[in-house]
Amino acid sequence: MTNGNIEILLVEDNVDDVELAVRALRREKLANDITVARDGEEALDVIFCRGAHAGRSFQYPPRVVLLDLKLPKVQGLDVLKAIKSDPRTKAIPVVIMTSSREERDLVDSYKLGVNAYVQKPVDFEKFRSMVKDLGLFWVVINQAPPPKAFEPNDQGQ
Amino acid sequence: MASTIKAKLTWTSAMVTSIALLVAGSAFVGHYVYSYRASVARNLVVQANTIALNAVPALRFDDPESADETLSALGADRNIISAAISRPDGTPFASYTGTDSGGRRLELNHPIVSEGEQLGTVHLAFSLEELYGDVARYAQIATVVLVLSVAVAMLAARGIQRSIVRPVARLADAARAVSQEQNYAVRVQPTGGNDELGLLVDTFNEMLARIQAREAEVDAGNQRYERLTEELEQRVTQRTAELESTNKELEAFTYSVSHDLRAPLRRIDGFAQLLVDEYNAELPDEARHYLSRVRDGTRQMGLLVDDLLNLARLGRQDVRLQVAGLSSIVQRVTTSLQRDLEGRDIEWQIQPLPFVECDPSLIEVVFTNLLSNAVKYTRPRAHAVIKVGSIEQNGHPVIYVRDNGVGFSMKYADKLFGVFQRLHRAEDFEGTGVGLATVQRILHKHAGTIWAEAELDKGACFYFTLGAIPEARPTVSDQNA
Repeated sequence: MTNGNIEILLVEDNVDDVELAVRALRREKLANDITVARDGEEALDVIFCRGAHAGRSFQYPPRVVLLDLKLPKVQGLDVLKAIKSDPRTKAIPVVIMTSSREERDLVDSYKLGVNAYVQKPVDFEKFRSMVKDLGLFWVVINQAPPPKAFEPNDQGQ
Repeated sequence: MASTIKAKLTWTSAMVTSIALLVAGSAFVGHYVYSYRASVARNLVVQANTIALNAVPALRFDDPESADETLSALGADRNIISAAISRPDGTPFASYTGTDSGGRRLELNHPIVSEGEQLGTVHLAFSLEELYGDVARYAQIATVVLVLSVAVAMLAARGIQRSIVRPVARLADAARAVSQEQNYAVRVQPTGGNDELGLLVDTFNEMLARIQAREAEVDAGNQRYERLTEELEQRVTQRTAELESTNKELEAFTYSVSHDLRAPLRRIDGFAQLLVDEYNAELPDEARHYLSRVRDGTRQMGLLVDDLLNLARLGRQDVRLQVAGLSSIVQRVTTSLQRDLEGRDIEWQIQPLPFVECDPSLIEVVFTNLLSNAVKYTRPRAHAVIKVGSIEQNGHPVIYVRDNGVGFSMKYADKLFGVFQRLHRAEDFEGTGVGLATVQRILHKHAGTIWAEAELDKGACFYFTLGAIPEARPTVSDQNA
């Protein structure tokens, strides 16, 4: 893991899914740095700069977090909640990328402040095009939040 | 009632006693008066004869003194008021006067005849005071006897009351208890007699015993019925709860299976695609063909899983009713279908459709399925005709979607709406066999129904209702199809 700028944090427990997603992203050459967290706890370590990622800085948050909902240890929704309830991480764009299309999951995610919610299609072509669109949008098109957006004292107005 | 019977009995006995005594007394007194008078008359005639015989010499010898002597002998009879003898010319010859107390009397004139010659007449007056004194006494006695008899008769009636009125009163009390309180346990105390009243009481008691037994049977039957009903209700509640929980489990299972099936499918499809992408040049044609088969399979399974998910979701979804125009729903569906209709010649005949109470999002699913089916199964037609309309049946609209496609044999009509049931081969017409099952489930959730009519190679017509099931199933003539 680098200590520098993480462009995409992929939180996904299944190796196959990780491989397919990473390949799709790499093919489009959209992301130079993709970090993978294999469970919710690891994802929180990366985002909150602790554990194996203690050397990281809040100054360099991921450009986008692609978050699965079904995760070992800490569930995806809990990871989302942790990110969105801490002023230091609140501005990080989080995209739920899951197999679930259940209304409940959608409602909960949006209520917790998710930035986008996509369902992974079965068809790999469609999956690839979806991943490409996501990468293009969040890494290239979207204006990343400036450092000030992560300053705690700026939130209390 | 008892009091009137009592009074009637008392009065009856008093009247009967009085009438009997009066009749008997009157007859007795009448007979006494008649025979008294008859005996007095007889006696007077005898005395007159005697006087006449004794008076003959006195008259012949004109000796009034001896005649007076003869008459004075009558003094022995207190009841002789007066006696006289007169000559034939009516002049008095001799007379006797006794005590006259006034009142009623009996008088007799008797001729004095000797040797065919009337010498004079004897006059006798007899007092009937003794007789009427007797009659008055008898009347007094009779009155006393009458009063005593009536009193005795009334006392006797009280005894009779005991044997008649009391059982009747008890019968009346028992009858009241039965009719007002439905108390069939009461019994009338038996009279112990063999008379009609005893029989009546016995019969009444027997009848009560029978009613009581019948009542007990009915009660037992009712209790059994209530127990059974309760058991049944409990069983129904239990079964319903079981069914609901099974249904929920089934839906949760379907959902979870459908959901978890997607992930491995995506992996299979993904790696197959990567294989094609990265080793395309090195793969023999046959391997590429197999890989495309693998991908077709996964794609088909993906569709199945999606449809199954939708169907499962429908089971849990509440129907949100509102009044919606079916025309605009059909409009939306046909617009979205038209995107995939390149190269097809389809004539849409869409009649104005009614506004109905429904969940518009669900009814859109219904039309999407029915219309995409119509589009699909008219594919072999150079000129396809798809007609949507509505007909009225018992005041309720019946919506139909008709096409001139390949149709199906009515033999298999019952399989149309089953999950995964297909009437066409997959290579002819793609599909998962979930669409019509979904449609049916949506319509059932609207308390509606769906049915179809078709002929192989001539087209099909699907009819559905919302909210009311028509008694008869109307059909649309195929003049336009």
